Amino acid sequence: MGKKDTDVRFSKFGTVSFTATTKVNDFIGSLEQGKVMGTRCKGCGMVFFPPRADCYKCLSSDMEWFEVSGKGKLVSYSKLEYAPVGFDKDLPYSIALLDYGTYKVFGRIASDVPEAEIKVGMEMKTVVNTLSNNQLNYVFQKA
Amino acid sequence: MGKVAIIGVGQSTFTRAYPGSVRELAFEGFRDAMKDAQISTKDIGASVICSAPEYDKQRSPAGVFAEYLGLNPQPTFYVETLCSSSSMGLRLAYSLISSGLHDVVAVIGFQKMSEISSAESQERMGRGADIQWESPFGTMMPAYYAMYARAHMAKYGTTPEDLALIRVKAGTYGELNEKAAYRKGVTLEMFANPEDRMASPVASPLRTGDCCANADGSSCIIVANEEKAKSFCKKPVWVKGLGAASTAVNLAGRDLFTGLTVAQQAGEQAYKMAGIGPKDIDVAEVHDCFTIAEMMAYENLGFAKPGEGKDLIRSKETYKEGSIPVNVDGGLLSKGHPIGATGGSQVRTVVLQLRGEAGAIQVKNPEFGLVHNIGGVGLYGNVTILGR
Repeated sequence: MGKKDTDVRFSKFGTVSFTATTKVNDFIGSLEQGKVMGTRCKGCGMVFFPPRADCYKCLSSDMEWFEVSGKGKLVSYSKLEYAPVGFDKDLPYSIALLDYGTYKVFGRIASDVPEAEIKVGMEMKTVVNTLSNNQLNYVFQKA
Repeated sequence: MGKVAIIGVGQSTFTRAYPGSVRELAFEGFRDAMKDAQISTKDIGASVICSAPEYDKQRSPAGVFAEYLGLNPQPTFYVETLCSSSSMGLRLAYSLISSGLHDVVAVIGFQKMSEISSAESQERMGRGADIQWESPFGTMMPAYYAMYARAHMAKYGTTPEDLALIRVKAGTYGELNEKAAYRKGVTLEMFANPEDRMASPVASPLRTGDCCANADGSSCIIVANEEKAKSFCKKPVWVKGLGAASTAVNLAGRDLFTGLTVAQQAGEQAYKMAGIGPKDIDVAEVHDCFTIAEMMAYENLGFAKPGEGKDLIRSKETYKEGSIPVNVDGGLLSKGHPIGATGGSQVRTVVLQLRGEAGAIQVKNPEFGLVHNIGGVGLYGNVTILGR
């Protein structure tokens, strides 16, 4: 018998992933199916995005997945003119935060949204995106 | 519990590229503080070494430094909270002394950032945030603080020019600080000229002039109990209040984007412990890694109401002659920001002010001084209140 394969799906996340194994690797499986998912604690109902395997409130690790859907409000954003090592081919890009009320989502604004149309407080939605290097992430589009 | 004092302060000149090894760099700040305190290494009971990892090859620098600084066989500790490491080191020293374990403790902060390129440094700093969920999007420190700047502008009408005024103030005092890495003055005209480097966009709405630069440097603070302080030192400066807090790494886990909760909480703790309020502070050093960070500090520390930080800088109340002088040593924006050394350098400035030894930047007869030192993007916050 060979060594059991390690689930390293999380290395697919983002332009450069710094994490390979995590208990929430199914997040990547969902991205591949076009869904962005968070977790909800079955013990106490706490909602987590980004998804967590463990609830700090009731210490349960019994979680269920929910889909990030509907509209969020743009809390803030910044357009980068310089990038860290490994990200320069993506320039320019904007990082941003959306507020969905019970949770928030940190990500990028879709590259086809003109900067002049971006306003703090505007409604946006989160969609799965395939990067030029075939990695997966999610981006925000106008809702 | 007896009182705790600072009896010696020192720092190296902060510089773009230090021509020596990290232990030699640490020695510069240490020697400066030891000459200031006029004590010998035998008088020191323990050392606390503070830095952020990954800028140089040395693992576990505490042991190497303890030897090089002549602090064997005393115990040594390594403390890391990114950019606030040496303020957290001071907090550890306070507890080591208050507990009675040690009489005198040396807190040494250092960083030699020039061993890696600026882009590599941004990548490492970005990894001071959430590497699983944020870093894969290509995050970096200026962009995170830029998001706070954008939110502050949207809510309160703060302008890029208000932020530029903070950089102009930093330049005014950076010119006077012989230990600063950047000693050139800065004008609003530079920010208004698209050809000028100060005006070049980094991460909107922040421009090059809004950002502090990497630097190499070291700092040292010698901390002592009341008995030793009175026997060694003519002008001990007392630690009156300490505060420290942490929050969610990922911005998705936070609720406030126009200020830093860790600064509010650490400030409240420090004021309460000292038994004073914001109006009692005569001079302050705040963590101006970016201009927006100083603006938020005004508000988070109670020098201005939320949204009114811009009025303080517009009316020059944070200049040396103003009602609350802030960063009159040039701040991180002029001195440069050698991560682990920064908190110790801020403490040094306030200690010299309280002793009346600050030279050209001396404010008039200060009784209380405050140090605000932030780690990461408001991930860790330390506020320290010092008094005569």
